[in-house]
Amino acid sequence: MSCIYILWIRQLTRYVRSRSRMVAALGQPVLYLLALGFGFGPIFQKAGEGSYLQFLAPGVVGMTVLFTSMFTGIELIWDRQFGFLKETMVAPVPRIFIMLGRTLGGATVAVLQGLIVVLVCTMAGFRPTNWALVPVAIGLMVLIGILFTALGTAVASLLSDFQGFQLVMNFLVMPIYFLSGALYPLRHAPPVLEAVARIDPLAYGVDGLRAAFLGTSHFGMLTDFGVLTFGALLFLGLGSYFFYRIQL
Amino acid sequence: MISVRNLSKRFGDLAAVQDISFNVKKGEIFAFLGPNGAGKSTTIKMLTTLLAPSSGSVEIDGLNPAKHPNQVRERIGIVFQDASLDTELTAYENMDFHGVLYHVPKRVRRERIARLLELFGLWERRNHFVKNFSGGMRRRLEIARCLLHTPNIIFLDEPTLGLDPQTRHQLWSQVRLLNQDEQVTVFLTTHYMEEAERVADRIAIIDHGRIIAEGTAAELKSNTASESLEQAFLSLTGSAIREEEASSLDRMRGMAKLFRR
Repeated sequence: MSCIYILWIRQLTRYVRSRSRMVAALGQPVLYLLALGFGFGPIFQKAGEGSYLQFLAPGVVGMTVLFTSMFTGIELIWDRQFGFLKETMVAPVPRIFIMLGRTLGGATVAVLQGLIVVLVCTMAGFRPTNWALVPVAIGLMVLIGILFTALGTAVASLLSDFQGFQLVMNFLVMPIYFLSGALYPLRHAPPVLEAVARIDPLAYGVDGLRAAFLGTSHFGMLTDFGVLTFGALLFLGLGSYFFYRIQL
Repeated sequence: MISVRNLSKRFGDLAAVQDISFNVKKGEIFAFLGPNGAGKSTTIKMLTTLLAPSSGSVEIDGLNPAKHPNQVRERIGIVFQDASLDTELTAYENMDFHGVLYHVPKRVRRERIARLLELFGLWERRNHFVKNFSGGMRRRLEIARCLLHTPNIIFLDEPTLGLDPQTRHQLWSQVRLLNQDEQVTVFLTTHYMEEAERVADRIAIIDHGRIIAEGTAAELKSNTASESLEQAFLSLTGSAIREEEASSLDRMRGMAKLFRR
């Protein structure tokens, strides 16, 4: 048990110590927020949908949690040969504990990063319509974090060097983000895009965040929680399985 | 301490290790030498619970690593060829984490960490980040770390690769001291023949997955009428350079050199 705890603490310690990485990771979300938020703002308003900044902010938060989580998962490729992970895998500790510790640690870091982005969004003018639901939003971020850290771990367990990393980034992570409805309302999207969003876990995450922050939802808050919980458990299982099968 | 009988490992058609047998007595320093691709890494992995044999038996301190991996792991310490330290943490934290993973109780942990860091000359730098340590310091930290849970056997895979002579000399002195004082059995692999000759009690030479010679350095030299262990080694394994294909591990090592963490 204490093993899970120290693995969790380790992820947190590394995060808290890397100020520059924290700031660097904010670059992309802030860019999206400012460029798209203020850029598309006027037409969005004109189309009668209201403030694009408000609409976009939950999407950008979702993006942050997604990228941070996947990155922690993918870090595995390096870690297992040259890092602390190799040490943990020859220790008398069941692999499932290592998996849980890493996943919880990665999810926590992703949520913290997400919260910083929420702060940045509020500085840009974003306002949740119901502050009481912010804890619900945090809960959703935790689920998204667990889901994608586990997914990142599953994928990284199958890759043996960084050549696959580029493939994963471009053909998995980016599509998950762009097709999730983080950037455009699913209500008015062409049927094909809406259908694709339905199989994208992040779509439910972003939708849930919008429900919590803004009170509007495409799938319904309950569905969002349901799908995310199911997805998190599914990928935890998958990730644990592939992680267990890693041969050093 | 280590008893290997008719050990074999096949990967599909490739027989990486073929029918090897050897013993290592308690308190002995045993060196495993061989050219690249001879089967050293595969053998070490089978001894340290990381790989299951295709056939044959391995006994570490009376236990079968394939059947009781966690129990074996508690009794052995491993220092890999590639460093497995967390560079973003301090030396002390690296030691502490190891202690938690190996179930060393808190108070005992604290005492032993202090003693080991002191012994390996790292106590003053205990709160410094490992990323600022030199190669030699990192190696010393890894050896200190693998001793934290008082293993009976330690496995050192090319421990002095890339280190300067002073550091190498100091490292081996410390290992030999531990071997003498606490009867820790040492199983090592290395390419540095003079070191193997100086440090090891007995040596086994492996090539193409088979043990082709075994004995003390003196025995090996007299059997091949050589003046140095290196000559004996070359006469046994031939001076031709081995054909090798770069594996993904080699690519990663290349990247590691580039981003010298």
